[in-house]
Amino acid sequence: MKPGTRLKSAACDTEVMVIRCADGEIQCGGAPMGEAKPAEAAPLSADFSGGTLMGKRYVDADGKYELLCVKPGKGSLAVDGVALVTKDAKPLPASD
Amino acid sequence: MNIALLLEMAAEAAPDRTALVCDGKRWTYAELLAAARGAFEMIQESGVSHVALLDESSEAAVIALFGAALAGVPYCPLNYRLADPDLAALLGRIAPALVIGDEERVLRLAGDGDHTVYAREEFTAKAQELVPGDEEREYDPGADGIAVQLFTSGTTAAPKAAILRHSNLLGYILGTVEFAAADEADAALVVVPPYHIAGISALMSSIYAQRRIVMLPSFSPEAWLKLVGEEKISNAFVVPTMLTRIVGTIEKGEPCDVSSLRQISYGGGKMPLEVIQKALAMFPATGFTNAYGLTETSSTIALLGPDDHRAALASDDPRVRARLTSLGQPIPTVEIEIRGEDGRPVPPGEPGEIYVRGEQVSGEYKEKSALDAEGWFPTRDAGFMDEDGYLFLSGRADDVIVRGGENMSPGEIEDVLLTHPAIADACACAIPSVEWGEAVGIAVVTREGHQPPSEAELKALIKDRLRSSRVPDKVAFVRELPYNEMGKLLRRKVKEILA
Repeated sequence: MKPGTRLKSAACDTEVMVIRCADGEIQCGGAPMGEAKPAEAAPLSADFSGGTLMGKRYVDADGKYELLCVKPGKGSLAVDGVALVTKDAKPLPASD
Repeated sequence: MNIALLLEMAAEAAPDRTALVCDGKRWTYAELLAAARGAFEMIQESGVSHVALLDESSEAAVIALFGAALAGVPYCPLNYRLADPDLAALLGRIAPALVIGDEERVLRLAGDGDHTVYAREEFTAKAQELVPGDEEREYDPGADGIAVQLFTSGTTAAPKAAILRHSNLLGYILGTVEFAAADEADAALVVVPPYHIAGISALMSSIYAQRRIVMLPSFSPEAWLKLVGEEKISNAFVVPTMLTRIVGTIEKGEPCDVSSLRQISYGGGKMPLEVIQKALAMFPATGFTNAYGLTETSSTIALLGPDDHRAALASDDPRVRARLTSLGQPIPTVEIEIRGEDGRPVPPGEPGEIYVRGEQVSGEYKEKSALDAEGWFPTRDAGFMDEDGYLFLSGRADDVIVRGGENMSPGEIEDVLLTHPAIADACACAIPSVEWGEAVGIAVVTREGHQPPSEAELKALIKDRLRSSRVPDKVAFVRELPYNEMGKLLRRKVKEILA
């Protein structure tokens, strides 16, 4: 997988664009994400049902993964079962 | 990665919200995206290698930028102020192109030259009519695709074609702008021409923040103030000459309502201290941001924010006050270093050349990349960084005057000249000298209502405040200094005056 790849959730409407990634399995709603949507939807895991927000960036603790949510959904994002968190950057004043 | 994502996300989240106002016509995000998809069809069908815009700002700039991105063809806005022979050369370098704008001029300069030419209205009308293309056919440029190609102004040599990849521009926007952060009432007044990097980044930033873009294709201070009041503008970017004229117009008593203006950012040239001080007093509730960036860095790499402006203005500490003339601090997503002549980083306070590294930094021209092995871009701007990480610009590295092996920056000489009450503007540059290789020449503008000071007086001023090596060998009194339309001082022309 390379930066720029669009991934779709198997369990909800979430879509992300990969900004940074390593070799782990990127998941949403408890199910692996893929470039195509599976014919049959995966069940939404109760442990990963916090939802995603459009335009938010999601990262892991080590800074190896960064995903941009380009379509929101009911599932939440994880890598190999470890939940990702939103990246909170100090807002900059508009400069252009 | 494709910069079209920015418009797609805005249209997905708020299809019916007003995205753009130009010449009284309003466009929603969904309408702009549909037109960009139509433009994508036109570009694909024409089989061109570039999409060029030879026109003032309008909706066509947005539609062409994103249409070209969807089609995987570089978008190349051209400077319509160029002289015919220069423009003809650039048209030759991008053939075959789909050119939008001044049809008559393109045909006159390039013949049919394989270009596909549309007048603005014809282009936007056709882009809107076409049934939007199938999304699956849209181009995936990966990280390496070229989104924008901008010709540099070519003040020293033939214009270079600077290249900005999708990854550079997306890195800049995603790293500095929060998606949909603007209130629905917010509006950004865009007055920089479309061929300038600030004109391109303004479109992308505002669309991603979902801040309504209001275009003013041709600047005058009266029109700017009128539009601020009518459209309740909250954000505006200006170049220093524009702010100078806006401040002057308000001082003359032009009626205006600027109460909606929360943010004014500026850049693109050196802001006179007197002007920014007046502006801060004139707009007490507005936050001012000085943005420093280059074409090759996808726009802003350092900024001096609103709090820093007010703190500097209010401070008694000369170190803090001086920050009003600084470029502020590097933004969190880039690294900046000052390097000496030996190419090694210098300690705080020491002058050198500004180097920058980061995802948004392309540092690349069509001919070759200027990045070093570790990805650093030499900006050719000379400056220094103080103990607190504030960056100060002293001029272009190429403008440094080397007199008998001693390097001096024109900026320090000009700053001293501007302290003289009878001097309104000043430029120092190198003139040939048999004895020293180079020596200092100055051109000065006398302030209205003052007698021109004597040459001896100016020489004494510089000798007292700096040192004798800075004293000019030649002094010219001129009616005004030559600036380009972006407020950049044309030192090459001053050199001609002094030659």
